[in-house]
Amino acid sequence: MSTPSKSGAYRTPLGRARGLGAAKSGVGRFIGERVTSVALLFLVFWAVASALGLAKGGYAEAMQWFASPVNAVLLLLLSVVGFYHMQVGMTVIIEDYIGKPVTKAVLLLANAFACWGAMALTVLCILKVALAGGGA
Amino acid sequence: MAMSILTRVTGGAAFVGMFLVTGWVLALASGQAAYDSYMGLLGSIPGKVVLFGFTVAIFLHLAGGFRHLMWDLGKGYSKGAASASAWAAMAFAIVASLVVWGLAAMMGAL
Repeated sequence: MSTPSKSGAYRTPLGRARGLGAAKSGVGRFIGERVTSVALLFLVFWAVASALGLAKGGYAEAMQWFASPVNAVLLLLLSVVGFYHMQVGMTVIIEDYIGKPVTKAVLLLANAFACWGAMALTVLCILKVALAGGGA
Repeated sequence: MAMSILTRVTGGAAFVGMFLVTGWVLALASGQAAYDSYMGLLGSIPGKVVLFGFTVAIFLHLAGGFRHLMWDLGKGYSKGAASASAWAAMAFAIVASLVVWGLAAMMGAL
């Protein structure tokens, strides 16, 4: 490993830091958490407004709401972006508070299974209702 | 300071709440009977309490997350600004939740 000796004096701080960072990985997740939070900022307001309308109506109104591709697509986005954001956020919480390696690994796996599983189930249900209508 | 941990706690609460959305589309995809009983569950008193908590959690987490995005842009780091934005975030969450539930009541959705 090279040491920042004499020649190091001419290197920029960024050049010296490159490849020596403490984290090594996680940048994608860090950025992903922020990108999804910006998207959710808009999606949540839309979802709350939609929920207000849907709370009053019954099954027929909900199916009608779903007939609009705009609603179906936005709900699809809310689910995919939301569950990804949840997985990343809960990962940070687990990593911050759980020290025991095995416990941590189990919780991280459970978190990933729950989030990706729920995302898949939600997406499937949205597609079913949007494309094939309701009914079992 | 309190707002920092509240952002995290409400993130956890919203994490749980989001599964209600999954339940909603699952009920809708399962047909009218399932949908009606699911909506009946959400419309019960315990259901409304949970939904109100979900509303507050979502808005608090949203406001807390917005503060973090501003910090990421390098804004609002002074002691005064950080304290003011914490109060603003809490005020926003309370007002927004009350507005949403007030609207729901006015629309006859409760």
